[in-house]
Amino acid sequence: MSISTVQDGVSAVSAPGPTTVKADRQLHNRVGLLTVSPSVLALLVWMIVPLAMTIYFSLIRYNLLYPGDNEFVGLENYYFFLTDEGFVHGALNTLWLVGATLLISVVAGVLIAVLVDTPFWGRGIVRVMLISPFFIMPTVSALVWKNLLLHPVSGVFAAVWNFFGATPVDWFAEYPLQAIILIVSWQWVPFAVLLLMTAMQSLDQEQKEAARLDGAGPIAIFWHITLPHLTRPIAVVVMIETIFLLSIFAEIFTTTGGGPGYETTNLAYLIYSQALLQFDVGMASAGGLVAVVIANIAAFILIRMIGKNLTEKA
Amino acid sequence: MADLTIRNLKKSFEDIDIIKGIDLDIKDHEFVVFVGPSGCGKSTLLRLIAGLEEVSSGTIHLDDRDITDVAPAKRDLAMVFQTYALYPHMTVRKNMSFALELAGADKAEINRKVDEAAQILELGHLLDRKPKALSGGQRQRVAIGRSIVRHPKIFLFDEPLSNLDAALRVQMRLELARLHHELKATMIYVTHDQVEAMTLADKVVVLNGGHIEQVGSPLELYHHPVNAFVAGFIGTPKMAFLKGKVEKADRAGVTVKLDCGPEYQLPLDGSRLKAGESVTFGMRPEHIEVTAADASPFKVTLDVTEHLGADTFCYVKAQNGETLTVRAGGDYAGRFGEQVGLTPDLAHCHLFDEKGRAVPKPGAPAKAA
Ligand SMILES: Nc1ncnc2c1ncn2[C@@H]1O[C@H](COP(=O)(O)OP(=O)(O)O)[C@@H](O)[C@H]1O
Ligand SMILES: [Mg+2]
Repeated sequence: MSISTVQDGVSAVSAPGPTTVKADRQLHNRVGLLTVSPSVLALLVWMIVPLAMTIYFSLIRYNLLYPGDNEFVGLENYYFFLTDEGFVHGALNTLWLVGATLLISVVAGVLIAVLVDTPFWGRGIVRVMLISPFFIMPTVSALVWKNLLLHPVSGVFAAVWNFFGATPVDWFAEYPLQAIILIVSWQWVPFAVLLLMTAMQSLDQEQKEAARLDGAGPIAIFWHITLPHLTRPIAVVVMIETIFLLSIFAEIFTTTGGGPGYETTNLAYLIYSQALLQFDVGMASAGGLVAVVIANIAAFILIRMIGKNLTEKA
Repeated sequence: MADLTIRNLKKSFEDIDIIKGIDLDIKDHEFVVFVGPSGCGKSTLLRLIAGLEEVSSGTIHLDDRDITDVAPAKRDLAMVFQTYALYPHMTVRKNMSFALELAGADKAEINRKVDEAAQILELGHLLDRKPKALSGGQRQRVAIGRSIVRHPKIFLFDEPLSNLDAALRVQMRLELARLHHELKATMIYVTHDQVEAMTLADKVVVLNGGHIEQVGSPLELYHHPVNAFVAGFIGTPKMAFLKGKVEKADRAGVTVKLDCGPEYQLPLDGSRLKAGESVTFGMRPEHIEVTAADASPFKVTLDVTEHLGADTFCYVKAQNGETLTVRAGGDYAGRFGEQVGLTPDLAHCHLFDEKGRAVPKPGAPAKAA
């Protein structure tokens, strides 16, 4: 800034008159604009074009089975999407899936992180194994769960049930949503463990010792020292996991295909099924925009609730 | 009552002996300071007393109760940590009341005790703040307040002032001395700073390499160090040590010939020494007088002089290359490279035998460590 001001001053002296100074400044601005514009433009196109297209599709009749019949229908697609019986199921299932997985991963994550914080033989290996499920592709882990673990005939769980003389459970038929929650939790608990385990290492040991001297047992130390120390990383876990869990798709696609009925259909899967099973691009676009709005509402609420926790200085 | 008795206390970490047999008696109301170089085991000894570490062998008694294996919270001790270890998410009031709440004291009593401690430490206006909103000195006071509310039999401090700046350190030192007086408490205080030890202590325990070198009042250690380690550790600037040989020694006096030239007759009980034995001659900077070069047989070359206003510290080099520090008057104007003479005050000089043990003064038998 200061350099350009000096240069302005110099040019003003050499060529007097306010118009020259103004022109000079305009040139500066234009050069700046010119240099940043490609990236801004690229970003704009990158974001605006798909959004605009989605909005456009959501306002017209656009079914792949009836090409050419693309008249403007206003908010009809939205109306049909929101009143579709799948929407209520999708919304509730999404809520369940996100809520239950969050609860499981935070509770299990905290407990596991606290447990592996105490030194024991082979701790390094245990830590690596604990976080490894996170690095397996969702489709792969879903297939492993479906065919090797939960399968009512050849699954490991069925074998255990048989060993105790019980009838094996057909998980995806009897408890489909719970089974999906189990699979998703198996993938996302490690993420919570990873974050919380690292956070545990920054817990001041002297604080714990001070608490011991103050008469706190292990449980009191957990409640009054460890858990407050972990609130911030827990907030991070909740924020990040919410964003990813809202769009869970592969696990449902590979295991239940959204069924039976609508029992495991979440919003992401509903949109998919509208677009590619019922070929209704217009309605799927409307659903996508509804999902965007919902995700934004969730993000807004989260940031209001726990964002303060993050920005506050330690 | 708060008499602490430690007998033959040992502690090793993974087969490395850190505390190598400590015997110590601490009396009610005493301010005891553990002092020693870094890594000598001061903190470990304090943590053994607090119960934060398990002892390897030996016993600790508080009054007539054996607390060697008692849980830390049940020992009637409170500790102030070097990093303060305040609970960051609790207010000052909550920090101070935490122990009482855990113990299930009733609300009115907790408030009374916290307010009382806050008043003693002038923390009243800070009670609703969180630790992060406090300055270093204030955090320190909260940490002390957290101990006071518990009315422990003994207060333990682990280098509590080392994180403060120099000015605040002096102020907190005075406050601690006042607090000790007001609470009539028994305090054990760990520091590596011998000035803190000298100014605060009723009794100084000099530790080195996991064992006690000497126990005594600050002046006892200053005037009658039992060995060269204590002599060198207590007092600033450090005592000067010069090598020499015994010429003649008997009950009434010792004659030493220093390697750097002069020969001195010392009023010490030399009955344990033999002629020809190598010894170390020690004298403190404040017990040496700087004279003209030809007024003394001990001739040295002036190196750097430091003017502190009231005093001047001269770093000088003897003819055989040994260096020592001398204290001169504030307006002393020696120049770099100048030849001067030194005259030690022989009544205040020390002599250490080959093993570093002090040669006793006649009539004042020094205790061996
Ligand atoms: N928990 C521990 N495990 C292993 N070694 C330790 C432990 N605590 C202290 N030590 C060792 O004991 C020695 C004394 O430590 P410490 O008591 O902290 O010294 P200081 O006198 O500086 O306070 C050091 O060499 C340190 O490495
Ligand atoms: Mg220490």
